Amino acid sequence: MTTDPVLVVEDLKMHYVTRAGTVRAVDGVSFAVARGQSLGLVGESGCGKSSIAMTLLKLLPDNARLVSGSIILNGVDLTTLSEDQMRAHRWDRISMVFQAAMNSLDPVYRVGDQIIEALEAHSASAGRDAMERVRELFDLVSLDPTYIRRYPHEYSGGMRQRAIIAMALACEPDIIIADEPTTALDVIVQDHILREMQAIQRSLNMSMIYISHDMAVIAEVCDVVGVMYAGKLVEFGPTTEVYARPIHPYTKALMSAFPSVRGEKHDLTTLPGEPPDLLDLPAGCAFHPRCAYATDECRTSIPPTVQRGDHWATCWNPVDDLGGE
Amino acid sequence: MNVSVGIPASASLALVSAVNLAKRYPVSAGWFRRDRSFIHAVDGVSFDLMPGETLGLVGESGCGKTTTGRMLVRLTEPTDGQVLFKNQSGDLEDIAHLKGAPLKDFRRRAQMVFQDPYESMNPRRTIFDTVAEPLHVQKIGDHSERFERVSETLSMVGLTPPASFLFRFPHELSGGQRQRVAIARALVMEPSFVVADEPTSMLDISIRTGIMQLMNELADRLGIGYLYITHDLAVARYMCSRIAVMYLGKIVEMGDTEDVLQYPVHPYTKALLSAVPVPDPEATRDALSIKGSVSAPVDPLPRCRFYDRCPIADDYCRDNDHPPLEDKGAGRLAACHKA
Repeated sequence: MTTDPVLVVEDLKMHYVTRAGTVRAVDGVSFAVARGQSLGLVGESGCGKSSIAMTLLKLLPDNARLVSGSIILNGVDLTTLSEDQMRAHRWDRISMVFQAAMNSLDPVYRVGDQIIEALEAHSASAGRDAMERVRELFDLVSLDPTYIRRYPHEYSGGMRQRAIIAMALACEPDIIIADEPTTALDVIVQDHILREMQAIQRSLNMSMIYISHDMAVIAEVCDVVGVMYAGKLVEFGPTTEVYARPIHPYTKALMSAFPSVRGEKHDLTTLPGEPPDLLDLPAGCAFHPRCAYATDECRTSIPPTVQRGDHWATCWNPVDDLGGE
Repeated sequence: MNVSVGIPASASLALVSAVNLAKRYPVSAGWFRRDRSFIHAVDGVSFDLMPGETLGLVGESGCGKTTTGRMLVRLTEPTDGQVLFKNQSGDLEDIAHLKGAPLKDFRRRAQMVFQDPYESMNPRRTIFDTVAEPLHVQKIGDHSERFERVSETLSMVGLTPPASFLFRFPHELSGGQRQRVAIARALVMEPSFVVADEPTSMLDISIRTGIMQLMNELADRLGIGYLYITHDLAVARYMCSRIAVMYLGKIVEMGDTEDVLQYPVHPYTKALLSAVPVPDPEATRDALSIKGSVSAPVDPLPRCRFYDRCPIADDYCRDNDHPPLEDKGAGRLAACHKA
């Protein structure tokens, strides 16, 4: 793995304007993804992880406002591109795999034809070449080639997700954004797909952003992980580091609330309260009302960044060993 | 605990006993076709649930776990087999033939909590109306008594102070709070048996643990027997003293939860366990030995249901009927010719 970044996101802010007020869905997020690296974004519902995906792809609803920040993909700032220019980048350079595989395929077209359409739209290949490419892609994601000429309803859930992955890979993008791609699948199918995605990502030396609420899936798939809370990254670092020595109390709480089937059966701890209302965020650190370590400064001031090598978190009272007063 | 196929030997101690339960759904084979096929959604499931026990029913989608749960509370009529339920006088009776007052009594004592707290509540009714409805249907108490009882139940499930929740509507509550209301609605009848169908799978982790702890606490305190339906083995580990693993309408393995998870006997249980990701980036898992995915059990052949995907199946498994669920030692039941 080389360290030259494929994607650099700097101070990204995306807000939704609603009648009830401004929802700060993505609120000053910065990170970089190196070539061949997989970055996991983990967090609970409403923390802004899917909003980041939609912002990176510039697939935003009308009430969304890109307030500030830059998204630099291979030296091109996506925030400055017009919709036409962006359309040329999507699929070709940056592509996506969504959670609801059923809704990502058009029910009235054969699956193979849908992939060919994407290929032709980006003039990657056409006609016989395109069909050849579809065969390659089906082979890559372990789909039976006889299914190229079948319709989405003839596919099982796992096969549909494979087809979506094939489509996302069609134009050999630099980076693929996968938003909960296996959440609706049964555990055995999920396992097959995770293993295949990892193998493909490694063999093509492709970068990936993997978004999930599942700490266990992120642990298996990602080299680097970012933990999100209320629209902000609260902790970021190499997966092994973050899981072994969490700095932020929220990360620590998430880990100890997560049940595992293997290893010692530890007691699960409960996080008090509920995730915050994004319309009305608490002052200071947004996590302070639920945090066991909160002090006065947490309630009033934005927490500083605590750096431990390439692992960091934003917290007044870091919970790792080095964080003593 | 001795549980055998057929009429359970320990039946007299059980709170609920499923005896060879089966549910078959017809699938139409086309217009004007008379010979029909059947999906064997649940096919000969037997188990006992003791008072105060939490039995987990785990498996992938379509394995028949929800159908089994619904049959136990008579929301779905079984095609075959019986559900025996301990009535007020302490005798097990077949719920299929209940009518009138005994049926009403059963409805009071057996409750269900559903998966989706967004879909299982009427959006136009207040929390008080939602939780008090079963009292209303059963004509229990007058208005002030109901008010009292609903308030008590709400504080029991952690919605405190109850007065601040009573007259709110479901949309004003978070997912976790809604699931607490759903639990309150089941508990307000003081049931002895609750079927909980994936009650935490729609909730975030930080909320989920609270609901899991609440249900465990209430089971201990009120002596409720739970049938806990889940696809998540890690959740089952924390909720259930015993688990039954289902595959295509059959229980393939049953035993003490920690035991089954540490030393699975059936190849399907092994595969299922090896597929569960672990929240530890340093952990490595063995590659999976099974292929394909679950198919619908339409007119299954008289052979082991797991034959097509089983890594250890041989000709014997192909030529013989689905193996019975039998004792493999130390109280473990498994349905496998080879285990």
